[in-house]
Amino acid sequence: MSVWSKHQILEKNSFVLLIGILIVVAIGGLVEIAPLFYLKSTIEKTEGVRPYTPLELVGRNIYIREGCYLCHSQMIRPMRDELERYGHFSLAAESMYDHPFQWGSKRTGPDLARVGGKYSDDWHVEHLIDPRSVVPVSIMPGYPFLAETKLSTRGMGDHLKTNVLVGVPYTEEQIASASRDVLGQAMPDTDASDEFMERYPTAMVRDFDGNPKEVTEMDALVAYLQMLGTMVDFSIYDDKANLR
Amino acid sequence: MAQTQARLITLEEGLFAAFLVVLAFACLIVAGKTYDQVMAFHAMLGAFVAAGSVFVIFKNYFDDGGIPIPQEINGKPNYNMAPVKFGVVAAMFWGISGFTVGLIIASQLAWPALNFDLPWTNFGRLRPLHTSAVIFAFGGNVLIATSMYVVQRTCRVRMPGSVLPWFVIIGYNVFIVIAGTGYLLGATQSKEYAEPEWYADLWLTIVWVAYLLLFLGTLWKRKEPHIYVANWFYLAFIVTIAMLHLVNNATIPVTVYGTKSYIVWSGVQDAMVQWWYGHNAVGFFLTAGFLAIMYYFVPKRAERPVYSYRLSIVHFWALIFLYIWAGPHHLHYTALPQWASTLGATFSIILWMPSWGGMINGLMTLSGAWDKLRTDPVLRMMVVSVAFYGMSTFEGPLMSLRSVNSLSHYTDWTIGHVHSGALGWVGYISFGALYCLVPWLWNKKNLYSLKLVNWHFWLSTLGIVLYITSMWVSGIMQGLMWRAYDALGFLEYSFIETVEAMYPFYVIRALGGALFVLGAVIMAYNLWMTVRHGEAEEAEASAAGHLAAAE
Amino acid sequence: MNETYSAVAGFAQTWGLLYFVVLFGIVLAYVFWPKNRKDFDDAAQIPFRED
Repeated sequence: MSVWSKHQILEKNSFVLLIGILIVVAIGGLVEIAPLFYLKSTIEKTEGVRPYTPLELVGRNIYIREGCYLCHSQMIRPMRDELERYGHFSLAAESMYDHPFQWGSKRTGPDLARVGGKYSDDWHVEHLIDPRSVVPVSIMPGYPFLAETKLSTRGMGDHLKTNVLVGVPYTEEQIASASRDVLGQAMPDTDASDEFMERYPTAMVRDFDGNPKEVTEMDALVAYLQMLGTMVDFSIYDDKANLR
Repeated sequence: MAQTQARLITLEEGLFAAFLVVLAFACLIVAGKTYDQVMAFHAMLGAFVAAGSVFVIFKNYFDDGGIPIPQEINGKPNYNMAPVKFGVVAAMFWGISGFTVGLIIASQLAWPALNFDLPWTNFGRLRPLHTSAVIFAFGGNVLIATSMYVVQRTCRVRMPGSVLPWFVIIGYNVFIVIAGTGYLLGATQSKEYAEPEWYADLWLTIVWVAYLLLFLGTLWKRKEPHIYVANWFYLAFIVTIAMLHLVNNATIPVTVYGTKSYIVWSGVQDAMVQWWYGHNAVGFFLTAGFLAIMYYFVPKRAERPVYSYRLSIVHFWALIFLYIWAGPHHLHYTALPQWASTLGATFSIILWMPSWGGMINGLMTLSGAWDKLRTDPVLRMMVVSVAFYGMSTFEGPLMSLRSVNSLSHYTDWTIGHVHSGALGWVGYISFGALYCLVPWLWNKKNLYSLKLVNWHFWLSTLGIVLYITSMWVSGIMQGLMWRAYDALGFLEYSFIETVEAMYPFYVIRALGGALFVLGAVIMAYNLWMTVRHGEAEEAEASAAGHLAAAE
Repeated sequence: MNETYSAVAGFAQTWGLLYFVVLFGIVLAYVFWPKNRKDFDDAAQIPFRED
């Protein structure tokens, strides 16, 4: 039996075939993925980026639940037209607390990476309830039910705790008061909002949906949208630090 | 194994029954303690199915008086084809459902009123339902059913186990139901093509391990010294999907009593893991798995061996060791480091060679039998499918180039590209396989009507052509409009103007989709009539029922 | 950044290249090894073996 006829092992022995396949397919993934956990450009922190407030996190979860990412990207590419249309290109650090990421893959609607502050809260509320009332030829679905659904704050602390487990630096205090902070951010001029502002000094406190009677899913989603892309102050941002 | 006296319940039956009892109780506990309505619904569903399955296991044991199933009858393997039949029916059902949902969401883009402004009917929730229904429900059932068929026939042995094959095929379809209803009710991870939440992922993991063991178990029992190359592709599909699934879905549930979880990976790393998964789901689910179908069904239908068996082996290894690198081309110009996306694009270009090697191997199998294309619409469907494979694997590397990608990315061009592969390649090779399988499995001489196959072929081909051409035009047009500048150096179009310009193409696309759905409905009718009224196959069919058609 | 790039490029152009050439070489050797020819011809007939 020559050495070479042993090659038939591959064909005749399913176990060897199995291992062969596994080794070959594992190498590609390892080489491409592993470096991203230590390369400077992918793990660097940038001034201003902070974990989401509980209300923004709930809003983000609604964004995920309704599948917004299927039509809206959150990743501005460094090309002239995109920079002019949407703003500064997206930085790796801006999605460092995103579990999961929301870069998207399709722009049936415009990119939302820096939509925060571009429109008023009223506009967003109107637009989400009936897109064609503000943009006549829009093809976006309406989400009137968001404004009618009272926000559930149940188990909010567990949501933050889980985020801590995957690496988001929430403090003990933020976890303990998470359910209260959800409401605090949307109820200006209350004790809850004062406490909230101590814990999240750079966040916005407003009645986002214009309905002071209750905090709704609309509050959460608008709070999330209005925050998008506003964390990094590009007037002082050193763009040499994160070249890619 | 030839003993015929009554037996005790087997270890396999006992273990499955015990596992399902535990599962049913676990589901009941979760259902009782959760405040999440989606979780409550899914836990009840799980408990119901698990308890029902335990009942069926015991009922079967008592019904057959505990007599073991013979491995061979009259010296011929007693193939286990009932789970294959189940998979074939499920594939047809999910196929039509998935295509129809696709048609609905395509229409929503043209006429947004069709969203009805309800949570359960909006585009964002229906779109994952469409992609999962066509890829995992339709494609997955085709793959599992054909793999069970092919591995038994090419190993000339019955699949191991009596519960195991059913556990795999039914368990997989339960996963589909949980995933699909979850999307409609708002449970999603938002990772494209991996949207099901943590508990559905966990369940799929269990089913998939069972599937791997079933497949390997059949290989281990084989009477044939060689492992036919189609089984190599099936094995690579099963193993690699397991690896991708586990890494991409690494997630931590907020509580075991709720649907929501947070992915372990963040930002850039999550994007890389996602598209490593996403592109290899294309490579190993939608390509390797369906190439296995090509390597069995095309030779079988054409009645001649594959053009070059050697080429098929080179094709196999080159495809799997190159494909796995191609993922990052989905992330050009993003915050992912450029070396990674360039590496992905480089391998995508090299992939041209094995892809076209495989295509040539499939097409040339017909050399000397080209006349069959005129008379056999089923074979024609499979050959056109291989041609579409060649076309979309030509287009894919092109789109992975940085400069082309800067235009095509985020536009409908990508959607068109995906559908030339999905409708043309995956759809047609699956239709071909199902058209072959139904008469073989149900012991019929032939299909009910080849004329209807012809109608199916031409209607859906027209549908595909309308679909991909309209998406090319609209995609390239939108990409160009986004970057157009006027004479004064300002952006020429607002975003909404580019949306408005899409309207006619979205209508044409929906029309193409409608034709494709219509073709599939004709197919389902044809298969149904074949089973009900087809002429029975005389031949020396064994009691296990089935016979090769074309000999 | 630049050092990272050249390190990665260096690795890809040496060990990476070697890895693929060796893998490809092994596959080709296996496929064209004269003794295997009969096996392959035999294996190609598997779908047509009826029982």
